[in-house]
Amino acid sequence: MSSPIQLQHVNVKLFASDEARVDLEPLIPIFHGWIRDRVFEEMLLDVADYRHVHEGPGVMVIGHQANYSVDNTSGRLGVRYNRKAELDGTNQDRLKQAVRAALAAFQRLESEDSLKGTLRFGGREMELLINDRALAPNTDATRSAAQPELQAFFGTLFGGADYALAHETEPRRLFTVRVRAAKAFSIAELLANLGS
Amino acid sequence: MKSSNALWKEQLAAKIPGNLAGEIDGYETDIALRKQGKMDERVFAETRLRRGTYGQRYDNGQRYDGSKFQEMNYPSGELTKGPGTMWDAPGMQRIKIPGGGLNASQLETMAELAEEYSDDIAHVTTRQDFQLHYIHIDDTPALMRRLAATGITTREACGNSVRNVTACPYAGVCQDEVFDVTPYSHALAQFLLGHPDCQSFGRKFKPAFSGCAQHACGLTSLHDIGFIAVTRNQNGIEKRGFQTFVGGGLGAVPYMAKLFDDFVPVEEILPLTQSVARVFARLGEKKNRSRARIKFLVQDLGIEKFKELVLQERKTLTPDPRWTDFVDAASKFEEAPLKPGSDRGSHGSEEGFARWLKTNTRSQKQPGYVTVTVALPLGDITANQLRALADIVRRFTKETIRTTVEQNFAVRWVSQRDLPAMYEALEAVGLGDPGAGAIVDIVTCPGTDTCKLGISSSRGLAGELHKRLAEKSFELDESVQHLHIKISGCFNSCGQHHVADLGFYGVSRKVAGFAVPHFQVVLGGEWEHNGGSYGLPVAAIPSKNIPQVVTRLTERYVAGRREGETFKDFVKRVGKVELKKVLEDLAKPPTDPTDRSLFSDWGDPREYTLGDMGVGECAGEVVSSVEFDLAGAEREVFDAQVALEAGQIEKAGRMAYQSMVHAAKALVKINRQSISDNPDEIIGEFRTQYYDTQKFWDPYAGGKFANYLFEAQQKSSQPYTADSSRYLIDEAQLFIDAAHACYNKIGTAVGA
Repeated sequence: MSSPIQLQHVNVKLFASDEARVDLEPLIPIFHGWIRDRVFEEMLLDVADYRHVHEGPGVMVIGHQANYSVDNTSGRLGVRYNRKAELDGTNQDRLKQAVRAALAAFQRLESEDSLKGTLRFGGREMELLINDRALAPNTDATRSAAQPELQAFFGTLFGGADYALAHETEPRRLFTVRVRAAKAFSIAELLANLGS
Repeated sequence: MKSSNALWKEQLAAKIPGNLAGEIDGYETDIALRKQGKMDERVFAETRLRRGTYGQRYDNGQRYDGSKFQEMNYPSGELTKGPGTMWDAPGMQRIKIPGGGLNASQLETMAELAEEYSDDIAHVTTRQDFQLHYIHIDDTPALMRRLAATGITTREACGNSVRNVTACPYAGVCQDEVFDVTPYSHALAQFLLGHPDCQSFGRKFKPAFSGCAQHACGLTSLHDIGFIAVTRNQNGIEKRGFQTFVGGGLGAVPYMAKLFDDFVPVEEILPLTQSVARVFARLGEKKNRSRARIKFLVQDLGIEKFKELVLQERKTLTPDPRWTDFVDAASKFEEAPLKPGSDRGSHGSEEGFARWLKTNTRSQKQPGYVTVTVALPLGDITANQLRALADIVRRFTKETIRTTVEQNFAVRWVSQRDLPAMYEALEAVGLGDPGAGAIVDIVTCPGTDTCKLGISSSRGLAGELHKRLAEKSFELDESVQHLHIKISGCFNSCGQHHVADLGFYGVSRKVAGFAVPHFQVVLGGEWEHNGGSYGLPVAAIPSKNIPQVVTRLTERYVAGRREGETFKDFVKRVGKVELKKVLEDLAKPPTDPTDRSLFSDWGDPREYTLGDMGVGECAGEVVSSVEFDLAGAEREVFDAQVALEAGQIEKAGRMAYQSMVHAAKALVKINRQSISDNPDEIIGEFRTQYYDTQKFWDPYAGGKFANYLFEAQQKSSQPYTADSSRYLIDEAQLFIDAAHACYNKIGTAVGA
């Protein structure tokens, strides 16, 4: 599919269930363990603790190609994947890669004993951002250009189920789309929908 | 790294001043040349440093994971951006903000850069700069272009150059100032930026301006050159000028700036600084970085000789119209408010607002206006908060906002009646915390979080203290609420621990055969009077016990304080010997051998270091002996401090020197048990065993601490002065800290 826009540096935030009351402190040793054990394909380097800032990035594991975090930006907790390095392929490839990475991270965190089951994927909502204002300024033109790509991607992700898209329209913010599926999905279901 | 890096050059071409555009283009070329192997790594390192682009922790391609070191196989392979600094390793970008002055658009740009290139956080520093972390060097030209398009340069934010020119953030609105120093600090910043006379320093050069002598906001005492506003009546006309100081600086051993002239007319501050710069460039140390700051030159020459050389240099300068072009405009400089001044009106009695009003607002000299301090925890602010702050300063002011040396923002010219609405707006985005400038408003450097030099986790400790104190800060005794806590991750003083009531700097010690993160507790410093006096270390305490140190010392202060007595005066009266006793048990290892809590740092669960345990019986015996001897040396340097405070200057100097000799002997004895007590023999052997072999060398400071000993030996036959004793005590403590670190390394080697 030829596209008028290049979607690089895709960020995905998978929102935790609304009732989640999560102590973020255990994430620090968890993320150090991820670095030590090299659990992901990206090279992970460091842990950054921003629990002290209001509605901030929470606790992050910083990588060379990408960062992972349990993020509280805008006051909603979720697992975020921030792709930093460029990726080859199509926009669909890049969207798929980022969402898969975020899902895999959330899946791993859901099974962490030290979190005692407090951090659960909400099943319906996620946010997708393009972290590059030169490629994707938050304008009507970008929204129009990205729409076919997003529709194709979320059609696949939700297996044809209904979903609603809402755009962030504040022009100073990153290009951001919030997605809410009509029904709840498990992480495994979403990964299966994305295929290998 | 970013796909769009090339796009910004074209998009912003029309918005970037020509000189800055050319500067950034040149830097981009240097990056390309380095990648092609056509530029030496050392040259490239200085090139990027002069643009504020630093290395960061783990950039040597290795990381300790808690049990072993792991190699980081970066995609660019062996390509480096400086000696031992891998190309792909994340770095820190420092961004100069002269006088801390910003506008709303610049705040928004900072937000964009934090999101796109960093980790969503911008960090305000103790010198009114911003820092962004985890930046890839390939992104830096685009980042610099985006800053330049809003009028900000990173040029000379690091390297051996003139650093950010800082100024009191309340200049122009402070009730106690002599006059507004803002336009003078700006003129100096503009004049010195890229000035040919400032390109061949051996080290950095930091200027600062203050509008008064009594407050702390300008911190002129601890700067290479400091200006305090004064006026003088000449023939019935009030003339503006500056009391001018030179040769101050913190660093490992802090120096109080010396008075150069009690009145330098405003027309003379630029040429005088130029002359100082020339003398510094010509005579300052170049090879030995640890002696290259101007404070050493002033100390070595003496202030009178230094002044003579500067005034001679002044006569040789070719007149430059920029020296005085700004003067007329400066005398008329005034910021404008957005709204008319007003009385406070009726405020609600909401507790949060009342607390915030008490600690975060100060009345301006202009009736009807206040300056609001926005307190940032650990100096951090998110991208969303920066945008919200931009909206707030547009709504309530004419974008009059400055960063402060306490890592906060000062929003000036707020009409008093707007305070409730402003508080509400700040509170909505998490920027309405009370406690600005209070005990809860802890200043800290990055420490082991991101700094290559960090020894202990200053931010981790600050976060823990902030959490504990915020819960009860308004229940604390009033006298404690206004104490200042400042923390540095190492001896380099970026957290300004020397001028705190309760200062801490990171060191390591060995406990039960393992390295344990510690902090030296520094008492006796003064924040007021532009950093009026420097504290000295009292005891090294494990990191995890520092919150108890704060509790005990503050409780002792509340219980034993005399009416109106400051903490500094209380420390002086009660004495460090007595206060050290209060902390003694906290310095000891845990009684439960299975308690591992001390062996990791705040916010970092990894075991503090690797392989430090000395194994083998012989090594074990030697290790015990070394520890014992180093502890003795540490007691001796503490006693030197006590002697100094008692006015026994000669005794203090001798004891400090002796403590260094004894620490050296402790190490020498590992391989030569029979060493005599002769200092010359000990030092000679120390040089052979530890200096020449570089075993004593600090990874970043090199032979700096050993040189303290050698210099002390050379001067040991001379009488000590109050200054030289004071410096030697600091140097002796650092030498002993380095001896501990060296011994840790030796323990590793023995055990390996």
